Order: sequence, then C-alpha cells, then structure tokens
Amino acid sequence: MYKKTYIEGNNTERKRSKLADNLEAAIQASGLKNGMTISFHHHFRSGDYVLNDVMATIAKMGYKDLKLAASSLATIHTPLIEYIKQGVITEIHTSGLRGELAQEISGGLMEKPVVIRSHGGRARAIEAGDIEIDVAFLGVPSADAYGNANGQSGKGICGSLGYAQVDALYAKHVVLITDCLKPYPNMPASINQKNVDQVVLVESIGEAEKIASGATRFTKNPKELLIAKNASEIIVHSPYFKDGFSFQTGSGGSSLAVTRFLREAMVAQNIKASFALGGITKPMVALHEEGLIEHLFDVQSFDLDAALSMKENPNHHEIDASLYANPHNKGAMTNQLNVVILSALEIDTHFNVNVITGSDGKFMGASGGHCDTAACADLTIVVAPLIRGRIPSIVDAVDTIVTPGSSVDVLVTERGIAINPRRDDLIACFKDSKLNIIPIEDLEKTARKIVGEKKRIQHGERVVGIIEYRDGSIIDVVKEVK
Amino acid sequence: MKIKKSAMVGTLESSDIQISITQNDSEENVILLESPVKHLFGEEIERVIDSVLTQYQMQGVVVKAIDKGALNCTIAARMQAVIYRAIESEIDWELR
Repeated sequence: MYKKTYIEGNNTERKRSKLADNLEAAIQASGLKNGMTISFHHHFRSGDYVLNDVMATIAKMGYKDLKLAASSLATIHTPLIEYIKQGVITEIHTSGLRGELAQEISGGLMEKPVVIRSHGGRARAIEAGDIEIDVAFLGVPSADAYGNANGQSGKGICGSLGYAQVDALYAKHVVLITDCLKPYPNMPASINQKNVDQVVLVESIGEAEKIASGATRFTKNPKELLIAKNASEIIVHSPYFKDGFSFQTGSGGSSLAVTRFLREAMVAQNIKASFALGGITKPMVALHEEGLIEHLFDVQSFDLDAALSMKENPNHHEIDASLYANPHNKGAMTNQLNVVILSALEIDTHFNVNVITGSDGKFMGASGGHCDTAACADLTIVVAPLIRGRIPSIVDAVDTIVTPGSSVDVLVTERGIAINPRRDDLIACFKDSKLNIIPIEDLEKTARKIVGEKKRIQHGERVVGIIEYRDGSIIDVVKEVK
Repeated sequence: MKIKKSAMVGTLESSDIQISITQNDSEENVILLESPVKHLFGEEIERVIDSVLTQYQMQGVVVKAIDKGALNCTIAARMQAVIYRAIESEIDWELR
C-alpha cells in the first residue's frame, strides 16, 4: 500500500507520495474486481511492456471477466491471447488489432465481438459513459511520486500522451506506471497529480527504440512519390490552399512525402499553414521549425523527432484525444481542419474506405483518426496504390467500412485521380486541370484488368467485430474467417 | 511432351513466382501451389499454369509453384521458361 510520510510539526498525516510497492500492490489497492473495465494507451506502440506486465500480474492474481478498453493494440500484445483463453479478459474495446491476436480474434477466439472505435469515437464513448473505466493503467516515460507525468523525459520518450489524458481524466482509479521516477514536481504535467491515485516504479516500461523510432526516412518508391506528388497537386490547386490553411497527414510513405511536396509550393507561393494536426511526424516538425506551420497539435508523436520537438518548440502543443477528434464535445480540433491526407487498405467505387481488415478478411489495421478527420476536413484525400502485389486497393465493395464514402472527396492513385461525384464544386474546380482525373469506376476496372477476377473473402456467420462510427452508431460488422 | 530433366525458374521476390517442374510417376499433371493470395486467386493461378502446360502438350509433370503475388503475365512467362529448360529446347518465339 502507500508509503506514508509524516510531516514534522504537523500531527495530521499527509501523503506526499502515491508510490505503491509494486504492480500487485497497486492492483490490490485499486479496488479492481472481476467484471470491471481496465484501460491502457498505445503511445508506446510495439515497444510497450506495460500492458503485458499488468495483464500478467492481473492474471496471476486470479481476476476473471475483465473488459479491456485500450486506445489501441499492437503486435507486442500477443500474450493477450492466453488471457482471453483463460477467461481473464472477456471483452475488448480498441482502435486497432494486429499480429497473432488479430488473427486469433478473427478466427473466433472471443465470445463477445471486439468493438473497434476511432480515436475521436473512443474519447466520445468515455465521456458519454459508453465505456466506464474502473482502473486505468497508464505507462508514462517519467513521473514524480505524486502523479505528475509526461512523455517528454525519461528512458524511452513517446512525446504526446494525448490518448492517455482522456483515461486519466475519466477513469475512477488511475495508476501510473513508470521506469523513471523524477523529483517533485515533474513538469510539464501532461497527466497531473489531481487525477492520479497511485504511481508504480517498474524496471522498464518498454523498449525505447520501438516506442519512438528515430529515423523517419523519406520514401524512394517511385510509385509512392508519384502518388504524393499528385496529392500535393490536388491540394495546391484546391480552393483551400491559401495562407492560414491547416492540414493533417498519415504516417504512410505517400502521406509523409506529401508534406515534402507541399513545402515547395508553400515556399514558392509564400503560403503558411496555421496548424498541422494529429499524429505529428518529422516532416511536419521540419516545416514548423522553418516557420511554414505556425502550430502543431499533437495527439500522438509518430517519431522521435516529433517527441523531441514537443519539448523544444513552444508552439508544438500536446492535445488529448477528445480535443483532437471527439464529435460530441463543444469543439474538436478536427472541426477546424481544411485538408487531410489518409491512406487505405481498400477503397470502393462508392469511396467507402477499409483500414481495418486485410485481403484475407482478418483484422490487420486500426481505425485511428481516419473517419474523424475524413468527416471534418474540407478536403479529404485518400492516397492508395492501384494494386499492392496482386491485391487491388480499388474494389467494387470494401470488405469492411470504417470511413463512409460520403466523407471522402478525392482518391489519388498512381494511375489517376478520382473525385467524389458528390463534390461537384471540386469537379468544377479541376475541370481544366492537366491532372489525370477519371471516374473511380475506371480505376477499379484498370485494377481488375491487371490482377484478374478475385474471389470474395469467405466470412462465416459469427460476428467477431463491431465497427463503431465516431458518433457511436454501428457502421459495419466483421464476421469470422476460419 | 515429356521433360528431359527437372528445372526451376523464378525468384521469391515480391510479385514474382518460383516454379519448378519434375517428372511425375503417372501421366497426370500435378500442380502444387503456395501463394499468399491463394484464397483470392488460387484457381486463377492454377488455370494459367494449366493453360501453359496444355499449350506445350506437357504430360506427366509435377509443377511446384511458390507464388509471391505474381500477375498472370509473369506466371505464364515463368511457366514457358521452366518448360523450355526442362525439355532442353530453344524458345520458339513464333509460338504464342
């Protein structure tokens, strides 16, 4: 339990430390009971030790029937399979599923379907009470003993703690887990003392190199570069490319390269962006430090450069997932977004996008901020190669809908650009463009001509996943694949 | 046509297909396919392999194909090459 500190000259007992002896003691003291909901964040990506260590302790202590509400899950979280089989975890809420865990769940491992939410949708669900977190186990790169934590200092830094901030605010009990205990007060306090119940010092919260990898390399793939160049052309010639515009990009090869092409146009036309949003990357930091982007709003630092920039640059702001994209608060940052560039596993001729199930119909990705930003941005651009190996990216019907086609405006491929027929204003805008703008149906036909007719994925009857749209409505379900 | 020796072509690079051809004990042609896209294109890949075997009137061979997402044109080209190696003949460019 707590280590108690007695203050000299004062007979009342005041705890100046919330340090628990170890994970087991913290779990015990948290009041965790069977059937409760526990939460974790995914800022440590595949370098995360926290979720596995906490779950191992919880399983050892004999808990059953817990609901796991993670902001997302990565390949490192394979041990969850065992805890599901043992009945320790019986329900999962997450943004993404990857690796063996994704394969097993797709095959029908769990009785209850997994609920997939977007980042904004998760914040909404927590604030609305759809997810009631009993105990949040939040790994933090550094913390003091009274519960002030951040992701900017420590042994392995992750930058923004934006997803964890929502849990810290709404969970009934908050346990911080760190491997770097700082003297009080540990500032800045991304998660602060008033919301924290306990702090646990462990040997390691994760593998630093995998928490934030240093080298974000620009793609040299000519196909990706061509797509990025085309996407940049669309942005530059759209009505939204003017001084003070805002944008967001994903972390894929093409998306990252778009920032680089945009830079040239911004310099040439003396246009500056008011802000960039979302997952912040090295290319965005470079533009910010060059004075081309005034503010960075960072819910998740995608690489080490972004994580370091938050400490260095006063206008690189940490934002929580609700401020980022919750559709039901009084004003999410996404509402102010002009342009977003998103990737896709599959997009169909109705512009519906799948980012969650692979060509085998099994879980392999994450919902992320995809549908949140698509719904809000003035110009939503999806970038995708026409085919990946023999798998077409442009299809007649996607396997799983995550982002509805009504919120997607432009599809950019290496073989042509398609504008959503709903956007007659954009179609008019690009009427005389030299860009290869063609109907999306033509792109689908071209893809089919190259790869041949593919068979439909054979799903079973049992529902293994529910895809929630950002507002909490169910936009699709995923059925098992044996 | 019968093969004179076992032969192999292709690589395990993405979008390629590695094909080996050996003599079967019977007159039957056997196709053994491994592919990451078997669930989507398995029958199509086997159809292409079979059509090239038919084109060259091959009999009693075992074709082992390790596909890495090759397109039909690649599969057909690799099949032609492996047959020519196996029958120790020059490619007849007139035969399409």
